[in-house]
Amino acid sequence: MSSPRALASDAKTGAAALSVHGLGKRFSDRAAFADVSFEIGYGEVFGFLGPNGAGKTTTVRTLGTLLAPTSGSATVAGIPLAPENGVEIRRRIAIMPESPGLYLRLTVAENLECFADLYEVPDPKGRIERALRAVNLSDRAGDACGALSKGLRQRVALARALLSEPEVLFLDEPTSGLDPVATRDVHELIAALGRSGVTIFLTTHRLEEAERLCDRVGILNTTLRTIGRPDELRDALFAKTLTVRTRAPLAEPAAVFADLPAVEGWRADGPGAYTLSVSDSDLAAPPVTRALVSAGADVLSINESRHSLEDVYLELIDETEGTREATP
Amino acid sequence: MSRRRVIAIVRKELRDYRRNRYMIVTMGVIPAIFLAQPLVSILNLPASASVPLSRTHELLYLLGIPALVPSVIAASSVVSERERGTLEPVLTTPISREEFLLAKALAPLLPSVLISYLVYGIFVVAIELFAHPGVAPALLHAPEVIAQVLFTPLLASWSIWVGIAISTRTSDVRAAQQLSVLGNLPLVALTTLISLDVIHPTLSLALGFGAGLLLIDRLGWRVVSAMFDRERLITGTR
Repeated sequence: MSSPRALASDAKTGAAALSVHGLGKRFSDRAAFADVSFEIGYGEVFGFLGPNGAGKTTTVRTLGTLLAPTSGSATVAGIPLAPENGVEIRRRIAIMPESPGLYLRLTVAENLECFADLYEVPDPKGRIERALRAVNLSDRAGDACGALSKGLRQRVALARALLSEPEVLFLDEPTSGLDPVATRDVHELIAALGRSGVTIFLTTHRLEEAERLCDRVGILNTTLRTIGRPDELRDALFAKTLTVRTRAPLAEPAAVFADLPAVEGWRADGPGAYTLSVSDSDLAAPPVTRALVSAGADVLSINESRHSLEDVYLELIDETEGTREATP
Repeated sequence: MSRRRVIAIVRKELRDYRRNRYMIVTMGVIPAIFLAQPLVSILNLPASASVPLSRTHELLYLLGIPALVPSVIAASSVVSERERGTLEPVLTTPISREEFLLAKALAPLLPSVLISYLVYGIFVVAIELFAHPGVAPALLHAPEVIAQVLFTPLLASWSIWVGIAISTRTSDVRAAQQLSVLGNLPLVALTTLISLDVIHPTLSLALGFGAGLLLIDRLGWRVVSAMFDRERLITGTR
């Protein structure tokens, strides 16, 4: 598993798109998030997971210069996070908040025109056309935003975030409140952006979303619990196992599973059911199969136990809650 | 200071006003109220009333329009964006708070000044055309017409800064509008007292009043900028 300070190098310059060290934000006596450290490389899609109230949105707002941190330091798109650098940082990033925040009496094109001018983009007309094409909304440019569905509004907000061709794109719960079809559309858009090399910082509490879209994820619950690739996190938290089912219980299972390569231990889970701890499933499965056949067993199935990102998430969040409860 | 960013917000605001029935009604009703009362009373005056009329300043009474109309609009400028969730996306762009506030002030200034001038025009034309002979020359004094033209943008600017200041500190549009009207009532009272000749309008009073408003308008931008707290507006804390 990567440490919370795991580095991701920039493909172009070796610098990080986001570099965060011990960052924290307090509102009077309450910590929204604390001691958060990570680095994200250019072109990476990074998922920031956590339950409601974990501090995800506050982290985004802090990195987006809307809120001042109370501790720690960061560089955003290569610029130190400081009040005097706010305008320069905001020039290089874009944030899509959870609520699209569109001017509902204005048309889609008028909304985008306003933001193209706020970012002072060259050739605003061309940029607007490209952004609308990217979110498949070219034919709705003249529609009032108030007349659009929630999913379409979310797409307009995404187009707005793309206008300035940001170095880092923050997406705060982009699929919150969307139906499955609209969610799928937004996922496809994010995946396409990721493929095109845009650095994306995606906050979500939808685990399947993060697992599907993100190169790495960080799990936040006021403090950063872990960071790494989803498969790395699974491997670090859960032992790899093979589950074996045979038609009849083995006469001498200890003898069958002894001394097999990559098999570290076993236990019986019922008549004809066994769970084997393995160091590498691919290495262990063939000799296990051969040993079972040699022992005359009728093998019904041999499966690798897969833990989802949800298992990782629940394990870490439960651990945090447990620690909190144990603290007097 | 980026002109393009300021114009972007002004253009957006004007488009929004145009499609907002409530704004249009507000911009129409207040001037109509200010216009109706003096117009009706003057059009009913006999020609013999022209001598005492020369000591009243009905035209200056209409200065209440730039003191009130923009304040109602400006009062909703920040708080309504906050309510609708449109403030955060704007503040994540490179716009500075000075640019944002200047744009928010210019947007209501333009229609308010235009409406005020339009109402003065209607008032003058109506008196010239429909009042009894002698009433119009007794009412319309060149210095007052000049004062009207000059003081309208100054009063509107002051009224707008009061409205925006309240808008940055309240969390409800209606409360902001009510407070803004209350905040600008002293200005309306002042213009009314001048129009009734309780405070006699003189050149030195006009110069002093004008210089004071210029200074206050300039300070208003700075003071409101200092009051504009991104963090409080986004999170509702502090």
